[in-house]
Amino acid sequence: MGDVYQALADPTRRLILDELTERDGQSLFELCSRLVMRHGVTSSRQAISQHLAVLEDAGLVSSRRFGRTKLHHLHTEPLREIAERWPAEPKE
Amino acid sequence: MGIRINVTSVFVDEQAKALAFYTERLGFLPKTDVPVGEFRWLTAVGPDEPDGTELLLEPDQHPAARAYKAALVADGIPAASFAVDDAAAAHAELTAKGVRFTQEPTVMGPVVTAILDDTCGNLIQLASPA
Repeated sequence: MGDVYQALADPTRRLILDELTERDGQSLFELCSRLVMRHGVTSSRQAISQHLAVLEDAGLVSSRRFGRTKLHHLHTEPLREIAERWPAEPKE
Repeated sequence: MGIRINVTSVFVDEQAKALAFYTERLGFLPKTDVPVGEFRWLTAVGPDEPDGTELLLEPDQHPAARAYKAALVADGIPAASFAVDDAAAAHAELTAKGVRFTQEPTVMGPVVTAILDDTCGNLIQLASPA
């Protein structure tokens, strides 16, 4: 399992998580289109694919086939550790 | 020279199935249908443009064509893009007809796009002004 903090450290990877929050289950093409059209991220498809691999390694994204198309899904479970470790309200 | 685009093509796995999908589901009209060896020179046109650019439903017989199609489909990349009046309305209409979409209508800057599976090994993008 990759490091969740390192996965979150990159602004493009955070944008990928934002877009998957808006709609879960996107192809690489859709994610690349959203990043360039909405955020001006002009990274190559290859680069976005590598970002997805880092997110997947950290357990934040998984992929599965829809027909023959690979769709990417968001998983926020690894982020729970942050709220549990550093609660917004101090522990009693 | 007067050069212009009169035909563009998508590689399809079965021509008869493709003609049925592109006409009955998407609403294109059959245009040219001429036997060529074991296949057909098979084209369709948009219903409002009977003399417009023809879409050639071309057999994907070459092994490289199939590998190319599979790789595009895996990453969600459309093989062709067509204009519609309203991509959201088209999505609703086609979904009701049983057409499967890999991307629901999404605002992408100046356009709304949606991407569907043509059942012949391709993804097709529909686009309308946002």
